[in-house]
Amino acid sequence: MERPAWAPQGIDLSVPSVSRMYDYYLGGSHNFEVDRQAARRAVEAWPGLPKVAQANRAFMRRAVRFAVQQGITRFLDIGSGIPTFGTVHEAAHALDDRARVVYVDNDPVAVAHGRTVLSGDPRLGTVSADLRSPQDVLEAPEVEALLEPGEPVALLLVSVLHFVPDRDEPRACLAGLTRQLPPGSLLVLTHASSESGPRRDGCAALREVYDAANAPLVTRSKSQIQEFFEEFETVEPGLVPVPSWRPDGPPEREDPVVFCGFGGVGRKAGTAA
Amino acid sequence: MTVPQRHPEHAGHPGTGHDGHDGPRRFARIWSRTVYPATQTSLTRAELEDFLHPLAVRLGEALHAHPFSPAPGREIGRLLVTDAHCTSPDALPHILGVVESYLVLYSERSGAADEAPAPLGVDEARSRCARLQHAIAAGFTRAVQERTLAEQEALSRAALAAQAAVEEALHASETRFRAVFKDATLGIGIADMNGRLCDANGALARMFGRSEEEMRRRNINDWVHPDDAPEVWRLHRELAAGRRDHFRVEKPYQRPDGTVLWTNLTVSLLRDAEGEPRYQLALMEDITERRLLHLRLRYEATHDELTGLPNRTLFAERLERILGSSGGVDRFGLCYLDIDGFKAVNDSLGHAVGDKLLVAVAERLQSCTTAPAHLVARIGGDEFAVLLSDPRGTEEVTCLARSLLAALATPVSVDGRDLSVRASIGIVEGATGQREPAEVLRSADITMYRAKDAGGNRFALADPDSEARAIDRHSLTNHLPGALERDEFFLEYQPLIRMSDGRVDGAEALVRWKHPVHGRLSPDRFIPLAEHTGLIVPLGRWVLEQAVTQACTWADGEPLRVNVNLSPRQLHHPDLVRDTIAVLEAAGVAPSALCLEVTESALISADEDELKPLWQLAELGVDIALDDFGTGYSNLANLRKLPATTLKLDRSFTRGLQCHPADPVDVTFVEGIVSLAHALGLAVTVEGVETESQADQLRRLGCDTAQGWYYAAPSSPGEFAKDWTRTG
Repeated sequence: MERPAWAPQGIDLSVPSVSRMYDYYLGGSHNFEVDRQAARRAVEAWPGLPKVAQANRAFMRRAVRFAVQQGITRFLDIGSGIPTFGTVHEAAHALDDRARVVYVDNDPVAVAHGRTVLSGDPRLGTVSADLRSPQDVLEAPEVEALLEPGEPVALLLVSVLHFVPDRDEPRACLAGLTRQLPPGSLLVLTHASSESGPRRDGCAALREVYDAANAPLVTRSKSQIQEFFEEFETVEPGLVPVPSWRPDGPPEREDPVVFCGFGGVGRKAGTAA
Repeated sequence: MTVPQRHPEHAGHPGTGHDGHDGPRRFARIWSRTVYPATQTSLTRAELEDFLHPLAVRLGEALHAHPFSPAPGREIGRLLVTDAHCTSPDALPHILGVVESYLVLYSERSGAADEAPAPLGVDEARSRCARLQHAIAAGFTRAVQERTLAEQEALSRAALAAQAAVEEALHASETRFRAVFKDATLGIGIADMNGRLCDANGALARMFGRSEEEMRRRNINDWVHPDDAPEVWRLHRELAAGRRDHFRVEKPYQRPDGTVLWTNLTVSLLRDAEGEPRYQLALMEDITERRLLHLRLRYEATHDELTGLPNRTLFAERLERILGSSGGVDRFGLCYLDIDGFKAVNDSLGHAVGDKLLVAVAERLQSCTTAPAHLVARIGGDEFAVLLSDPRGTEEVTCLARSLLAALATPVSVDGRDLSVRASIGIVEGATGQREPAEVLRSADITMYRAKDAGGNRFALADPDSEARAIDRHSLTNHLPGALERDEFFLEYQPLIRMSDGRVDGAEALVRWKHPVHGRLSPDRFIPLAEHTGLIVPLGRWVLEQAVTQACTWADGEPLRVNVNLSPRQLHHPDLVRDTIAVLEAAGVAPSALCLEVTESALISADEDELKPLWQLAELGVDIALDDFGTGYSNLANLRKLPATTLKLDRSFTRGLQCHPADPVDVTFVEGIVSLAHALGLAVTVEGVETESQADQLRRLGCDTAQGWYYAAPSSPGEFAKDWTRTG
């Protein structure tokens, strides 16, 4: 007999977690040996990974800054991982301290950590949900409180959609999340790709590492990633290698390894209410 | 964390502008460029440089401080970890390398000489720089260590919290499951693979009339019930062997109080993580009440309320099953029984008596058959049927029919009145898988009517020929009404010859049917049907019109008399006189040109009222002939009371005169009738004259007119006119 959907999933700390591996790439210690082993093997397969992670964080900060400049004060960060430094709210609050952020992750440990670290700030919320069940995300009280008709939102999916295989219908999940968002809302997205950058071996060794972790890695082509923007119109410069999106400094100074994924920001069409 | 705000004047690219005089700024720029690749900071390069600038200033101040203390180095090492997130040990050589190479160079005092202490000597500067590096390394290491410990602890706490949350949720889920199990109205039981019940909920225990604890000592393999569907235990064996994951059946169970519990049972196999069968989960719904209700409704729907016998519905179902090739039955027998004259009982004694009679009949019929394979059913009204599966030949069925009739032979006592019951039975017997139920039923019905027509109180065996005739009758009856509209009838005329001079005295109009399928049909094929259905009235009127109109066309001065047959039903029709007069007037013919032929038998039973219309017509001048005379056993004395003017002697009397010499008895007989008729003032017409000697004989015997093939066969109006009239 299958367990009903409402029964909670157990936690298996013997399986590497992609959010704790990410923390390791960022030099954090919010990880267990099993995560570090996997992360070290990943780095071996793809030596630039820590720099890629860092570049993604930097992109996210630039995108958040852009969003605040567009007047957005509501942020929904899905696949937020373990909040340590360089978070969405840090970047947003630097420009507008009214900004409200809800972090969503499907890793119960990351969520528990987030609740501890972020509790006490009424502007912040942490939700345990899976983007493959958009309804769960949208019906979480923190998210319901964040979303208000006519108030545009920045939906962040940074380094997360490449953990959703096609059989889980990522486009449908995304549509489920964005359908209700008012015009003017932004979609902030980065995605691993083997199409750009110096590595074109299909990341086979890297994928092997992630297959043994709690989420498989799915690289997609630029045009496939572009399709995620369906309802959104990408702002300048469009979908580009992550470091090339509105860089703070000349991107040529970046380590070439970080040009291995695409990032972009899209604006939902229609007139804001 | 803190994100240092950049000074506006440093907004440009490091290394340009007027900061060339600023040693710490230069130092910070180099420091940033070297350290940045080794960090995981989220700061941009520019931000990192801005962050490092005050640290460079402080390092420079520490280098020249008096008295010298390396302590600020520790603080700077710490800040690099906590605020710039230089957590990687690999960053430390880069950090220290820049301090080693550039600190002394870029922290030379450029302020007013009087405020500044004496410049450091080269050795002193090197020594201080080295001690500052030791302090930075110590501060950095301590901070990394603290941070690592703090993060590990935070992570452990988070993992514990998450685990606790999961456990709590599991517990809640467990509680919910327990509540579902405990409070479900559905009976739920879980048994191990040996059938031992490990857990049973209250609903299940209540259904079985036992306590939950008692239930747990039971083994489900013991719950065999005589009424179990044959496949139940096979399905269960398959499930126990892991070849089947679930099944659903209706299953009865014995309760301790002796009653039977009927359930809708679903059994599912629960497997462990390796896929091995571990438990059997049984879900039971108590359907005892529903089943009883269903059985009662089913019984009511399939049984006759009055007699309690299976009704037409059940009979039809059984018949269909038996006749179907998959029924497992090779032959069938059917006795279709109808009580003779039941309507009379109902009409004369009332429906209550009729009903009691039916109940008694039902009991008697049922007493004739004890075999469970025989079904006695009430089909409706006073019709019953007994259906036999696999009879041993036709004899068994006829034998049963005989005993059915015998069982009814003893009078039935109803309300102190003895009623004798007679019945007619149609028997069909044959192989299954060949005929449809409707065919068999029709055959039985036709055969039963044949028994009834043969006098009733008997049975008849179905036979294809008589059935074909009956079906033919049926089809003709159905087509009769349309035939008149479609003008399918026509008339032929046979001359009536005056014996005195051999001349034509009149013509009998005879109706024929030109059937589109069967061709030309003689009146004996359809007149009885028309009489039975009542169509005879419009048909008779049509014949009358046609005949009278025809007679006019032949009329040349004096119209030829035309004979038209009148059936018993026409005779009793209230419009007879009016219609006849109307027809005569419309044609402009005198009443004496018409002779209506009425059979003797139709007139015998008529009382005076019924004879009135005929008298009226006779008084008008219409001739009345008594047809088929001699067949109706009439009281000759009554002849005077009848309005008849002519006797038509039945052909059976003249048959004996066909041969030569004539039968002397017949001669005497005809002679007597002729003299009697003449004595009463009636003319005599003879029918069926076929030979010359016959004609001579009849003439000698004094018959007035004759008709028959010796003179002419019936023919079309045209031919008749040609042969027999002056206009022809």
